[in-house]
Amino acid sequence: MEHVNWELVDWSRAQFALTALYHWIFVPLTLGLSFMLAIMETIYVKTGDKKWLKIEKFWLRLFGINFAIGVATGIILEFEFGTNWSNYSWFVGDIFGAPLAIEGIMAFFMESTFVAIMFFGWNKISKKAHLAATWLTALGTNLSALWILAANGWMQNPIGMKFNPDTMRNEMDNFWEVLFNPVAVNKFVHTITSAYTFAALFVIAVSAYLLLKGKDKAYAKYSMLIASVFGFIGIAATIITGDGSAKQVAKYQPMKLAAMEGLRSGSRGAPLIAIGKPKHTGDKDLTKAVADDFKGKDQLDVSIEGFEIPYGLSVLAFNDPNAFVPGVNDLVYGNEKEGIPSYKERIKSGKISIEALANYKKAKKAGDAMKAEGYLKTFKAHFKDFGYGYFDGHDMNELIPPIAISFMSFHTMVILGTWFLIFFPLIFWAVMKNKIEKKKWLLRLGVLGIFLGLIVQEAGWITAEAGRMPWVIQDLMPTMVAVSHIESAGVMLTFFLFFVTFTALLIAELKIMSTTIKKGFNN
Amino acid sequence: MILKKIFNFYIDGFKEMTPRGKKLWVIILIKLFIMFAILKYFFFPDILKDNFKTDQERIHHIEQQLIITNTNDTLNKN
Repeated sequence: MEHVNWELVDWSRAQFALTALYHWIFVPLTLGLSFMLAIMETIYVKTGDKKWLKIEKFWLRLFGINFAIGVATGIILEFEFGTNWSNYSWFVGDIFGAPLAIEGIMAFFMESTFVAIMFFGWNKISKKAHLAATWLTALGTNLSALWILAANGWMQNPIGMKFNPDTMRNEMDNFWEVLFNPVAVNKFVHTITSAYTFAALFVIAVSAYLLLKGKDKAYAKYSMLIASVFGFIGIAATIITGDGSAKQVAKYQPMKLAAMEGLRSGSRGAPLIAIGKPKHTGDKDLTKAVADDFKGKDQLDVSIEGFEIPYGLSVLAFNDPNAFVPGVNDLVYGNEKEGIPSYKERIKSGKISIEALANYKKAKKAGDAMKAEGYLKTFKAHFKDFGYGYFDGHDMNELIPPIAISFMSFHTMVILGTWFLIFFPLIFWAVMKNKIEKKKWLLRLGVLGIFLGLIVQEAGWITAEAGRMPWVIQDLMPTMVAVSHIESAGVMLTFFLFFVTFTALLIAELKIMSTTIKKGFNN
Repeated sequence: MILKKIFNFYIDGFKEMTPRGKKLWVIILIKLFIMFAILKYFFFPDILKDNFKTDQERIHHIEQQLIITNTNDTLNKN
């Protein structure tokens, strides 16, 4: 590809990132809070204690505000697929269409029905029927996430499909393989449990705020108790699945792992950087390295300096302290000893695949079935490297994800995740010992927790998505091929339109929420 | 009978809604209007659906995008 409109690619990526990141402010709260509501209501139905009804109704109000403001923000992403990413949309075919359609139907029928019962059903249906609706809302919202994450998992590890050269699109070969793609399953559990953690942090933050204000103390403490247990289970599961995720990244997306750790040259017994910062081999500072990340420049010169845990990365990636973890250089230039082909070889293989596809089309048009079959065979043999073919004659830096951004988002996620593992038991202990009101520092940390939780949520997505650049579909389709050939000015304009719209929605949510929180449980 | 009950359930729910609930519904409706009537209609055409009439035309367009440009570039360089 000689003539890439990088301005268009960058604005299309920026717009998708902006809408996805805004969308993800609302979603985790819905996913996690719905289950906490179900737990609180179960306690109420089991005990008949009216205080739990009051607690339930307070959090339900906040859930409703978030649900209302956040609903349908994800649809924007689908608009973008059709306009900005039309080549991609065609290429993925029904692999993406099927899960998204199921998600749409599920979200519409399950969520809209049961959410309505949750809000309108008090005193109109039995307690148990209402409780069932609350649990079904929680299940429905979480199952919606399953389909979206199955689609995302396929982009990270495309399996269960066959590419049809006649229609130029991938066709689903095995639905179950797509759904139970190991990357998708792990990603689903990792994402929803991190959402539970975020929702627990939200409940603790609001409760801590009320305690600091001396308002509704008993209700706030009961809420904190539920949230600290729920949050601890959430963060423990997030860490376990995060470990599984690292192993899958090592297996299917080794360049992403190298970027996450800023590993220039691989080794056996590779250390894990616990705390560190990106460094350029020149005299560039961190800001310059990040700025270059956005421009996709000089990735081959970036490395990380910091405190290392010996053998940590080998264990994290392969459960073996002596396993070889490839670095950026091993993947770009190849490592014969470890059996890693160079990007030059993969580009050559990808080019053969693209040319074979072109020749197959020509032979088919000319009615030469025998030649067509031969080209098809060649195409299939090299299809695993198909996307690399587009980088023929390009700068190698284009094949490397932004290292400084990947490293910092990954480590922010890990460091704060570890803090949450300590934080939730600390809150639980302070509430159980009835010391929470006196520990103002812990309450202030509790309020801060919601902001840290939000940072972790977004950092997780940045790690997953920026780390797999330049691929929209791993090894098969890079961003520069996936974009539609449209005016970049139009994409830029809609980027700012979204920015204004979503910011206004966020301000509206924060304003209505803060008013509701200030009124407290007795509203 | 059941349909009427469901209908009344929703109607009663909306009637008994708090001012905050009504405000949220106004926000939802404004948001949906902006998304579907303005953004989708004016700024987000479905490129392949709108610009091409048949799937065959779409396939041809994708071929141009994915293979013809690239193989030509490759051939030119060689």
